[in-house]
Amino acid sequence: MHPIAKMALQRLALGVFTLFVVSIIIAGAVEFLPGDLAQEILGQSATPEAVAAFRAEVGLDKPPVERYFSWLGGVAQGDFGVSLATKRPISDLIAARLGNTLFLAGFAALIAVPLAVTLGMLAALYRNSWFDRLVNVSTLSSISFPEFFVAYVLILFLSVGYGFDARWVLAVLGLLLLVEGGGAVKSALKDSGRFSFIGAIVGVLGLALVVNAVFSWWTYQVEPVQAFPSISNISPNTPFGERVYRSFLPALTLTLVVTAHMMRMTRASIINLMASPYIEMARLKGMSPGRIIFKHALPNALAPIINVIAINLAYLITGVVVVEVVFVYPGLGQLLVDSVSKRDITVVQGCCLIFAATYILLNLTADILAIATNPRLLHPK
Amino acid sequence: MSDDKILEIRNLKIDGKSGDDWLPILKGIDLDLNRGEVLGVIGESGAGKSTIGLAAMGYTRGGCRISGGTVNFDGTDLVQASETYRRKLRGKRIAYVAQSAAASFNPAHRLIDQYSEAPIQHGVMASAEAQSDATDLYRRLQLPNPDEIGFRYPHQVSGGQLQRAMTAMAMSCRPDLIIFDEPTTALDVTTQIEVLSAIRDAVEQFGTAAMYITHDLAVVAQMADRIQVFKLGETVEEAETRKMLSQPEEDYTKSLWAVRSFKATAKPKPPVDEVPVVELKNVDAAYGTTQVLFDVNFKIHKGRTVAVVGESGSGKSTAARVITGLLPPSTGEILFNGETLPADYRKRNKDQLRQAQMIYQMADTALNPKQRIGDIIGRPVGFYLGLSGKQQRERVRELLDLIELEPDIYMHRFPGELSGGQKQRIGIARALAADPQFIICDEVTSALDQLVAEGILRLLDKLQIDLGLAYMFITHDLATVRAIADEVVVMQYGKVVEQGPKVEMFRPPHHPYTDLLLSSVPEMDPDWLTDLLAARERGDAVDPDDADAAAK
Repeated sequence: MHPIAKMALQRLALGVFTLFVVSIIIAGAVEFLPGDLAQEILGQSATPEAVAAFRAEVGLDKPPVERYFSWLGGVAQGDFGVSLATKRPISDLIAARLGNTLFLAGFAALIAVPLAVTLGMLAALYRNSWFDRLVNVSTLSSISFPEFFVAYVLILFLSVGYGFDARWVLAVLGLLLLVEGGGAVKSALKDSGRFSFIGAIVGVLGLALVVNAVFSWWTYQVEPVQAFPSISNISPNTPFGERVYRSFLPALTLTLVVTAHMMRMTRASIINLMASPYIEMARLKGMSPGRIIFKHALPNALAPIINVIAINLAYLITGVVVVEVVFVYPGLGQLLVDSVSKRDITVVQGCCLIFAATYILLNLTADILAIATNPRLLHPK
Repeated sequence: MSDDKILEIRNLKIDGKSGDDWLPILKGIDLDLNRGEVLGVIGESGAGKSTIGLAAMGYTRGGCRISGGTVNFDGTDLVQASETYRRKLRGKRIAYVAQSAAASFNPAHRLIDQYSEAPIQHGVMASAEAQSDATDLYRRLQLPNPDEIGFRYPHQVSGGQLQRAMTAMAMSCRPDLIIFDEPTTALDVTTQIEVLSAIRDAVEQFGTAAMYITHDLAVVAQMADRIQVFKLGETVEEAETRKMLSQPEEDYTKSLWAVRSFKATAKPKPPVDEVPVVELKNVDAAYGTTQVLFDVNFKIHKGRTVAVVGESGSGKSTAARVITGLLPPSTGEILFNGETLPADYRKRNKDQLRQAQMIYQMADTALNPKQRIGDIIGRPVGFYLGLSGKQQRERVRELLDLIELEPDIYMHRFPGELSGGQKQRIGIARALAADPQFIICDEVTSALDQLVAEGILRLLDKLQIDLGLAYMFITHDLATVRAIADEVVVMQYGKVVEQGPKVEMFRPPHHPYTDLLLSSVPEMDPDWLTDLLAARERGDAVDPDDADAAAK
């Protein structure tokens, strides 16, 4: 058998065992929650008899170990049981929500992963330039704020209130070009005594943008627009385009939260490699800077990048609870939060198991990809 | 610039950044190279040899800048030329062969793709043409399986073969000039010969001009038509190879030529009934299922040096690991002063651990960069001898005196503030701190310049006489063996092929492998390589196949 296939099977088996351990931990944790489903549903004023009758009806009167094993037996056959609160099959309940969560995660990942890897490579290519610093400062700031804060800031600017004034972007961009162009002219003069025309053109362009924006603010006011909805209520019947539009803000929030990590890792792994002799060799073979980054550095930097992407993808699926709550997005995280407050144990267990499985599968994929992209492991001596 | 001149460097100055200051690396050098000529560039570390080689391509490493002068390549000054112009030149008309082929090949791509990259990107050849050309050059450079070897990844090919593949890669666009930057320094002596002859043939066949950078005089004598000696960024002198070897003019050059004269004090033979400090008895050892040592036996007596010689993979370092207990042998035993040592270092008591210490090849990586010298040496003093506070500091001062470094100056420094030779002295002091009877020196001078290395050898010799230490000296360099050994153990493929007192070992008849090792050490005679290859061709000298056959 191919070593990779063997490794994948071993890891899968280990993953199943991990899931089993996780399920025990979840079941134990749920038992420690104060109160139970019967009390939550029947309320404070219910008589002890009514509570007891309700418990007997849903099977809560049996000892925890027995309940756990009968649930586990069901799961092993693919049957997650029924929700204690609604009596609907959990598989149906989760399936719809999981679809929404995967949609949002996929949406965010489609923006975030290419963005982060590209930014990381560009930042490595133009290391210590203003571009590099801008990318670092902005991604690190966005990761430093709590998710709900980022979400509300986006709502403030892109949805309600002041609306969105594109002139801000132009003004900031102009300022950066001005500083960068000026810096290029200055350093070229200092290092080699030559005048940098490209630097001068960039600087003048930046100045023009800034002047234009200031002048425009002076003269007229733009009506704020509500660009995107602040509530991402989607249903199974929502058409695809509408879905994309409605889930844009949560996807953007998630993008801002995960980009920094992946971008920093891409940048660091590539910079780390840029000092290696084979990169110098590529330079001495007369290769272009772009080719050096893409053909010579990136293939060797893939393993750490893939691992960080996997961790962030897993986070996009399992860590979105807060974002889903802010945007009232009907995903798996919302379901989990609701079920915990309702003490709907079986649903909580189902959700957690899916989260755990996601982590395991994504990490397994990352490991396999890391091996598949490393010739030393793929083609042993 | 005359027609047959390919490279003309005038008054070239290059600075390197150190903190906020620019310090000069090259202080205005001149260099000329004609078409088809091979120029040897010689100097110790810090001479700026690599910087010159790279500057010939119009390239400076990060943190360096060209602050003056011209690099005129075939009529164009590369200092003033645009980066695009220089980029189009590199790989196509000027190529580079680096010291470590293993590190300079990209591990993610097959050899043949890396070969074809420059011809394709520079528009010299199409892909299919480049591939068949690669196979052709691999054959000319006598690589095994030339049709197939290009499709391997770098990690699947041995060091000597990689170095030849890199020479082939440099030739891919048939450049006018190739810079060889210490291409054989990382190789074993026997492999070095193959690479040297391959490079020489290739350069001759294509009439390529070459700059051959090395610190090894004997090597450059075989390769170069002319030699230019550098010291601290300045030219010392320059002459035709034969003239330079026979009548060097400058004192510095003479001192380089004379380095190999050191001889350690000869020690009397130990009494026949003396119990050796260390004895290996029938030791077999394995990494996993691969057996690497086969029935190894040797003894090391008090106050004597046993040099263990062999190429990489011969098992010398494994033998050291077995003695220190890092790798318990599968069979056999290690005796210390006649008593059996526990095989595993975890089962040895503190006193047994104290008695055997190690000095490592790379002093750079063997010293913790975040600890001060006083702490680095103080730790074993505290651990083994139980000294602390003032007593410990006193002991550290004594040790620094022993290794001839001023305690007041060096106690509080970090390893990064020391030179390579000083770091290696700290490594020696750390080993002495445990007050051992026996020290394993693992290639302790191979990373150092010859003059510095000689200082270390002198120090080790002095310490041996003063303290009665027994040394196991692992090396692949026979000149070092000649200088310091009392007894020699020659290893090949995990077996001891020959052992005995040094005087006997350097006198024929030898085991064929010892013969091969001895004959492979380059000599300061410009005809040595030609004569040796001819002798091997005729069958007058042992060649690698004979030695292999004798080992099996």
